[in-house]
Amino acid sequence: MSKISIKKMDLYYTDFHALKNINMEIQANEITAFIGPSGCGKSTLLKSLNRMNDLVEGCRISGDILLDDEDIYDNDYDVNLLRKRVGMVFQSPNPFPMSIYDNIAYGPRTHGIKSKAKLDEIVEKSLRGGAIWDEIKDDLKKNALRVSGGQQQRICIARALAVDPEVLLMDEPTSALDPISTAKIEDLVQELKKKYTIVMVTHNMQQATRVSDKTAFFLTGEVIEFGNTEAMFSMPQDKRTEDYITGRFG
Amino acid sequence: MSRITRFAVKLSAFLTFGILFFIIGYILLKGIPYIKPSMFEFEYTTNNVSMFPAIVATILLVGLTLLVATPIGVFTGFYLVEYAKKGSKLVELIRIATETLSGIPSIVYGLFGMLFFVIKLKFQYSLLAGTLTVSIMVLPLIIRSTEEALMSVGNGLREGSFALGAGKLRTIFRVVLPVAMPGILSGLILSIGRVIGETAALMYTLGTATKIPDGLFSSGRTLALHMYILSSEGMHVNEVYATGVILVIIVLLLNGLSTYLGNKLTKGR
Amino acid sequence: MKKNSLEGFMKGIFILSALMSVISIVLIMYFIFAGGLPFIFEYGLKNFLLGTQWKPSNIPASYGILPMILGSIYVTIGATAIGVPIGILTATFLAKFCNDKLYKYLKPAINLMSGIPSIVYGFFGLTVIVPIMREFFGGTGMSIATASILLGIMILPTVIGMSEASIRAVPATYYEGSIALGATHERSVMKVILPAAKSGVLSSVILGIGRAIGETMAVILVAGNQPRMPKGLFKGVRTMTTNIVMEMAYAADQHREALIATAAVLFIFILIINTVFLIVKRRGEN
Repeated sequence: MSKISIKKMDLYYTDFHALKNINMEIQANEITAFIGPSGCGKSTLLKSLNRMNDLVEGCRISGDILLDDEDIYDNDYDVNLLRKRVGMVFQSPNPFPMSIYDNIAYGPRTHGIKSKAKLDEIVEKSLRGGAIWDEIKDDLKKNALRVSGGQQQRICIARALAVDPEVLLMDEPTSALDPISTAKIEDLVQELKKKYTIVMVTHNMQQATRVSDKTAFFLTGEVIEFGNTEAMFSMPQDKRTEDYITGRFG
Repeated sequence: MSRITRFAVKLSAFLTFGILFFIIGYILLKGIPYIKPSMFEFEYTTNNVSMFPAIVATILLVGLTLLVATPIGVFTGFYLVEYAKKGSKLVELIRIATETLSGIPSIVYGLFGMLFFVIKLKFQYSLLAGTLTVSIMVLPLIIRSTEEALMSVGNGLREGSFALGAGKLRTIFRVVLPVAMPGILSGLILSIGRVIGETAALMYTLGTATKIPDGLFSSGRTLALHMYILSSEGMHVNEVYATGVILVIIVLLLNGLSTYLGNKLTKGR
Repeated sequence: MKKNSLEGFMKGIFILSALMSVISIVLIMYFIFAGGLPFIFEYGLKNFLLGTQWKPSNIPASYGILPMILGSIYVTIGATAIGVPIGILTATFLAKFCNDKLYKYLKPAINLMSGIPSIVYGFFGLTVIVPIMREFFGGTGMSIATASILLGIMILPTVIGMSEASIRAVPATYYEGSIALGATHERSVMKVILPAAKSGVLSSVILGIGRAIGETMAVILVAGNQPRMPKGLFKGVRTMTTNIVMEMAYAADQHREALIATAAVLFIFILIINTVFLIVKRRGEN
């Protein structure tokens, strides 16, 4: 059984048909990369997986998205619980303007954890999970906005891990970072896949080949090709995929 | 041509700021020598012309007005920025209402307060009638500054919070509000200034009693009202100057605070 | 489930709060118009608006508010004539002729100017402007001219604030285009930037007019307040606002209704000004 399965899914922004008949099976403990030119719908699909699209006015969805065989767009489905299970890391780091500790503890506190000892434990575990514990363990009281961009992004990853998610969505998580920070995050993502299911949007094809197990290529709201990353980059089945990955596109 | 333009522009600026400094300097210089301890005696008599009861009444009025208007104004801001669909009929209606409210002259508020709170609801000339009248008056100011402060908070923060499974309330109170706080506070401070400087809206709602109000249904006079009544009577000109000094100093302090908070908001972005 | 009901409950509270403004405006309109209109119909619209006699204590009393309508219009025109040019030019100075260091002090000064209470302005007018006017033009010194000067000063921060913002909002490319053609800084500002900012500047003027026509406590101290047809620039006058404040304390029955009716007329003036303001602003935004 796949972790997430998307069936005959269409998405509209008011009149604009942004995603067309998407069908995709996302496996647990794998990294799935979404690639494609900007405006192709890859971020839109990502945001449908934890219903962040609910926040967009005029957004309508038909078809099914199942998480562990449950329809997440079902009327009775608790959105907040969904977002606890499906964490998200954003394009540019967005730590809250509060201490590093409070940033990490925000999620667990949201879901009702009050014990100081328990929170301390979660904060340490999450920061270790985000591969940043050693760098900032003495500065937990420091405002999270006062560290470098790369550190901020790893804090945001740690923050997402703190609610103990099953799936981690990453929307171009390294696009605002320098190469060294990017390398650290890519290593981290490899490490994280042992515990989590990861879906990552990237505009960088090298990144997709380096880190992902499966890749989906998007074009104008459709999935053109979806399969094993290695196979797809060495032998694309569709002419358009080939054009895009060889840089002959647009 | 260029020289005339430059001259006219500089002359106008000089006039504007010259007049401002002249007014403030004039009130301070004329008034400070007349400030004496007897003006701060607990009870007003025609001998001491104490402004102490007026100071207490002013503080009470400001406090109560904030108590009434802050939640209503800030919550309206929450609704407009965090909940409402942009351009919906209800938003349009609220916007027209607040813009109209902000254009209504004080005296019309005063008359309305008298007809509705004082007479219809039988509050008499009272702290309560005065409070409710000026609360409506400062509402547009608080709404406006709350809206602007909330809109200056980046959407990334909201998304970050929602993505962790936090609900709307928690996102607003724990993440958005702390960032927007300086802007909201600076709006509240402007409102305080507006209440302290108000006269026309209070004369027939709060009334002009000279004693310290001893309850919500008791009349009183604020410093500005005190100053108006003394100056229209023409008997205690020195005391008017002295009251003017206190008012101007309060306004200076409030403006300084509001400017400081405004800068803090821009930096916090 | 408990959490979600709190979300819903608070959303209800927020909507309710937002509706308070609407409720307030409806109440205000109701009380002013319901209190004033019956009197106007009873006394006759024409007699009320165009009557030149305001003599509430005569028998029979006459309640013509034309003198006050004209009084309000005259002092507002006077205030505009003084405040608008100085205000716009000061805004131009702040936006285009002043260095950052100076601006840091001048901008808060404008805010301070709008924070000074009416009564302080009024008292300043009474003790400084009135004696000067008396010295130069005779009479009591309380007149249309005196009130115009004082109101002209009082609307400065309103005019400056919004004009400056709209001048700053003009794209830099306009200015650069003009400079590139060899125009001087002054010419570029006056001939290109100011015209480009005109809808914002116009809005600021309308706001200033609204402020002037609604001002009460400062005017009352310097205008003389005689309820008669305006006789000249240096003669006393009464405005609609001061008419209400001065007589409300002791007015009863029909007299009180006549004052509420005066407020209703003032309110209509304000509504017209607000509407024009909104139209100009909306047009500027498109």
